[in-house]
Amino acid sequence: MKQFVDSLIQQGYFSGVPTQIVYAIAMIVAALVVLSVFVAPLAGVTSWLERRVWARMQSRVGPNRVGPQGVLQWLADGIKNLLKEDLIPSAADKLLFPLAPYIVFIGFLCTFVVIPFGGHLIVADLNIGILYLLAVTSIVVVGILMAGWSSNNKWSLLGGMRSAAQIVSYEIPAGLAVLTIIFVAGTMSTQGIIKNQGWAPWDWYLFYNPFTFIAFFLYFTAALAEGNRTPFDIPEAESELVAGYVTEYSGMRFLFFFFAEWGNLYVIGAVATVLFLGGWQVPAVGGGFIEGALQFMVFFVKAYLWVFVAMWVRATLPRVRVDQLMALCWKYMVPLSFLCVIGTAAWMVVFPHGSRWASFAMFGLGVLILVLFVRRLQYQIRNAKPELYLRPYI
Amino acid sequence: MSEAVYPESEVFHTEDMTISVGPQHPSTHGVLRFVVRTDGEVISEALPDVGYLHRSIEKIGEKCTYHGYVPYTDRADYLAAMFANQGFCMAAEKLGATEVTRRGEFCRVIACELNRIASHLISVGTFGQDIGAITPFLHALRERETINDLMEEICGARLTYNYIRIGGVGYDITPQTCDKILVFLDHFDPIIDEYNRLLSYNKIYIERLANVAAITKEDALQYNLVGPNLRASGVKWDIRRDIPYSVYPELEFEVPVGHGEKGTLGDCYDRYWVRIQELQESSKILRQCLKMMPKGPAISKVPRKFKPPAGEVYVRVEAPRGDMGYYVVSDGTEYAYRVRIRTGSFTAMAIIDKLSRGIMVADLIALIASLDVDAPEIDR
Amino acid sequence: MQAQEIYNKIEKQFPGKVGLFRGDVFDPHLNVDAGAIVDVCRYLRDDAETAFEVLSDLTAIDWTKKDDEKIQVVYHLFSYAKRHQIVLKVDLPREAPRIATVEGIWKAANWFEREVFDLFGVDFAGHSDLRRIMLPEDWVGHPLRKDYVEQEEYDGISTQRAPLVDKLLK
Repeated sequence: MKQFVDSLIQQGYFSGVPTQIVYAIAMIVAALVVLSVFVAPLAGVTSWLERRVWARMQSRVGPNRVGPQGVLQWLADGIKNLLKEDLIPSAADKLLFPLAPYIVFIGFLCTFVVIPFGGHLIVADLNIGILYLLAVTSIVVVGILMAGWSSNNKWSLLGGMRSAAQIVSYEIPAGLAVLTIIFVAGTMSTQGIIKNQGWAPWDWYLFYNPFTFIAFFLYFTAALAEGNRTPFDIPEAESELVAGYVTEYSGMRFLFFFFAEWGNLYVIGAVATVLFLGGWQVPAVGGGFIEGALQFMVFFVKAYLWVFVAMWVRATLPRVRVDQLMALCWKYMVPLSFLCVIGTAAWMVVFPHGSRWASFAMFGLGVLILVLFVRRLQYQIRNAKPELYLRPYI
Repeated sequence: MSEAVYPESEVFHTEDMTISVGPQHPSTHGVLRFVVRTDGEVISEALPDVGYLHRSIEKIGEKCTYHGYVPYTDRADYLAAMFANQGFCMAAEKLGATEVTRRGEFCRVIACELNRIASHLISVGTFGQDIGAITPFLHALRERETINDLMEEICGARLTYNYIRIGGVGYDITPQTCDKILVFLDHFDPIIDEYNRLLSYNKIYIERLANVAAITKEDALQYNLVGPNLRASGVKWDIRRDIPYSVYPELEFEVPVGHGEKGTLGDCYDRYWVRIQELQESSKILRQCLKMMPKGPAISKVPRKFKPPAGEVYVRVEAPRGDMGYYVVSDGTEYAYRVRIRTGSFTAMAIIDKLSRGIMVADLIALIASLDVDAPEIDR
Repeated sequence: MQAQEIYNKIEKQFPGKVGLFRGDVFDPHLNVDAGAIVDVCRYLRDDAETAFEVLSDLTAIDWTKKDDEKIQVVYHLFSYAKRHQIVLKVDLPREAPRIATVEGIWKAANWFEREVFDLFGVDFAGHSDLRRIMLPEDWVGHPLRKDYVEQEEYDGISTQRAPLVDKLLK
């Protein structure tokens, strides 16, 4: 990105304009492009897909009217919500209440700065990439707490408090899980971490050693909790807290929260892909456009796989209670993540360049787990009953 | 609360929060309201407030003829309308010394047990939904939809049936419908296992329900809990078995009781588990009934002007929400002098005040769901 | 235990306080003196032979016959252990009916009595929380009484609905 702007300046396109302003405008243009070309449709399509996937799992149809298979449903929803009255409760805080959705949205959107889309497609390859990511995702909690407090509604307040406690707690296992990878990779740049991995699964950090293997699951669980997803969706638990911190919101402001939530699903998957699953690494196909496209596809598919898993989890699992949530974090996940950090550090002392055999063994274990899981799945699908249609009114 | 040594302003001051749960809250099945006083997430007191659905069905009973009142009883508990029908008809029949035909009795049992399955499906499904699992709810409703279709075929209505009449049933169940019910049962039995795999054995689900809001046997009797809630507390009592009515004595079925399956006796999980087992028992009863169906008329001759002699009767029916009692007083005219409907949900609601102390907000939702209270049945 | 035996037992324990036993009806019932209801109920619950651990139902009937005007509070007692039941009836005057609560004996009585208070206007002395349960707090009248007339309007909303036919004919 920076190189591209530099080259434009050197070619004399912006003579007479201070370079700082050129950079600033370039960043804004890039942000708009990412937002409008990628993030908005992504979150929208994710919302449609989630509803369709859910519907399929719950043996119903789901939205299928707007566009082919209802794929444009998110546009219709967006227009509908834009046209709705912007309600602000009279007792709500007039400044913070309208502001909160945007804070949440900014926190989510800023992550796209360091998330790569391909080998060269990245907004800014910061050398503190992952640290930056952890930092900006924490802004979300500020927005949610603001929403909860400023609504002047007890349900919102409870939701906001739950959310704050939950996100702050789960930052720790997530951060520590990320730290294990930073140890191994020796860099915090997202592109750097990906470049250190290979295209083959046994070259991924997921299978680097047993501790990174555990760290992956820790990260994914903690990320689900940070994203307020089932089974950790207690801040917006609709059967307990009505709608949690979004209770008083309506129209587009309401939508912004969910925009962030659905987009966040992709962020979770993308970060997992960057850290553990080899990112956009593909076998060499001779560079050029084809390789770029392939890299984008590979990264997107890997990231979206976890979006699907999150949907699946949401359709399957009940919700934990708030004390169980905290117990899970502080009693199990935090100690385990420390174990991962220490274990990885020790591993690096013993095997400074990693152990090929350990990687193969972990890969084998991973395949074994996958096979067992698929067989379990097959059993469930075999035993699942489709809807009985008795042809009433003979 | 504050210590005397510190001035008031320097003490970290905490306050209880008073929240109104309902009447428009997603997990108050129907319209209920709880005024909850909480210390953060922990409830110190939850006062139920009912009456939002009061339709004075008892008063209507005094203004209607016996025949004319049967459709009104449907509305007493619209999730299990068949039992409300049956209770009133049994009371009227007992007062008027009316015989019910044998085929009529079987039709009643078949319709009732189908209705019990439908009602328990709602209960189990909404239970899952209140805990946060939405898929089981839709799967349960899908099966209930099939039962609704069957019911429509039996009596023309899907929710408020008005099927059981004084002296028998309104319409005979045709052999084709019987076959369809059998097909449905063959389809449904494995589905219970599916629910178990999806929901009952789920670790999070068990953690959420086990040891939560356990009701001891003594409390259950004190508060007059009935039906599955009572059985979950370890009291083996089923009106169908213990004060037999209709053709239940001829049928073989188990009475599931709670054993503290995953936690303490009488906790939320036991109440859930008893209902799941009752689904199986109902299916068993249905199969027997379909086999034993005798030939004959479905309704006996009942005078249009039904005038039972003066007297009073208290009849109990085992509804999905437990012992449904009809106390009917006749003064010898066409109109009942007093109709009293005693329902299971009403007494179940009263215990929430006691159980809610010291549990969390999320547990309160689980408790309400586990008692399977139903607003129309509470308020009548 | 047969109803007759139960009656004899109570009769022996509380002579003069109970009477009017009917054993030849569907649900044998007996009348209890209004002042003795708590003692009788406690005795019936605690006695090992009767062991009525459950109050199945508590309701009331409004009798408006010329010479027999009364509000009759009806207690349906049941025993799961002994599998027998008995019905107790207490006659109260229609004007200002008042009776002691049995809440201390069966907790279930709490809500039953609130309902009877709400719909019949029976005052249960000693009840811990005697509020209206079905109707709003500021409702006037007790609907299940035979002479109940609905108040004309509630909270400024008319409760009377003009017959639709009259409207059409106009």
